[in-house]
Amino acid sequence: MSLENLELFEVFVRSKRGLDHKHVGSLHAEDQEHALDYARDCYTRRSEGVSIWVVKSSDICSSQEDDSEIFFDPSDDKPYRHATYYPLPKEVGNM
Amino acid sequence: MMNSNQTNKDIIDYSLRLGDDSLILGHRISEWASHGPFLEEDIALGNVALDYLGRARNFYTYAAELSGDGKTEDDFAYLRSEREFSNYLINELPKGDFAYTIIRQLFIDVFNSYYLPLLKLSQDKTLAAIAAKAEKETKYHLRRSSNWTKRLGDGTKESRARMNKALNDLWGYTDELFEPDELELRLAALGIAVDTSQLKAQWLSDISKILEEATLPMPEGDWSVRGGRKGYHTEHLSHLLSVMQSVHRAHPGCEW
Repeated sequence: MSLENLELFEVFVRSKRGLDHKHVGSLHAEDQEHALDYARDCYTRRSEGVSIWVVKSSDICSSQEDDSEIFFDPSDDKPYRHATYYPLPKEVGNM
Repeated sequence: MMNSNQTNKDIIDYSLRLGDDSLILGHRISEWASHGPFLEEDIALGNVALDYLGRARNFYTYAAELSGDGKTEDDFAYLRSEREFSNYLINELPKGDFAYTIIRQLFIDVFNSYYLPLLKLSQDKTLAAIAAKAEKETKYHLRRSSNWTKRLGDGTKESRARMNKALNDLWGYTDELFEPDELELRLAALGIAVDTSQLKAQWLSDISKILEEATLPMPEGDWSVRGGRKGYHTEHLSHLLSVMQSVHRAHPGCEW
């Protein structure tokens, strides 16, 4: 069997209740159900998870290297978007 | 529960049989390591092999404990000869091609899906506890083997032909699973072992349903082979043992 007939999937695992699903890697599989089984076999062998998401890699729309100037540079000069920009009144103490 | 000497000896033998089934099948599946059809399936097969190895250790350790003569799980796994192994023959057959491995797993997984829930009710608390752990593993194994059966049966001309061949080559080894001997019936009467003759109708019905979904015909073989429980094996077991036991026999007691 060759990989040509298989699709690529991205795997997201939630390690604990209350935490977010986190990207852990990718794998090849025939379809979504198959991918879920393999995600279980390849990425949760050491009890890493309580929940798994799989997504076809081709369904992910990602930003490109070329986009980085218009996407990310404009926020560099906007320090007021960070909480640390604002001095805290003494009364508040440590946050 | 205080067991008579006879019952104690029976439970040791029964535990060894179940350990042998797990060890030998687990070893066969482990032969796929680094030979799987692709990486993900390779890892998945490795997981299944490890599940079986874990069961074998549990059953052997229990047999050793009941024997009380200083034997360990390693003595049972590595220092017995072919005639002393009592696994069902189907477990020792070579791994074959992927279709053959999948059909064998399907036959065994469906069997275990009925066998383990009953062993879980055993009067023997240790056997019941091992069965409870194994039952969850088997549910996942069955999900794999039944999905693969459908995928390959209803797949290409080539996959279909291989699945058909595997079905017919393995069919005659399944009767043995449902033929308890005196020892197993003695223990079943005490509520300790499972009388597997009662599982055959359900097993056949499930297998035929899965094969129907896979668009594969039921095998028609009227042949059957038996003997594993008595220590009469195919020529394949001694080859398997010579590989599996070679390190332990060459370096007794070695650890790493």
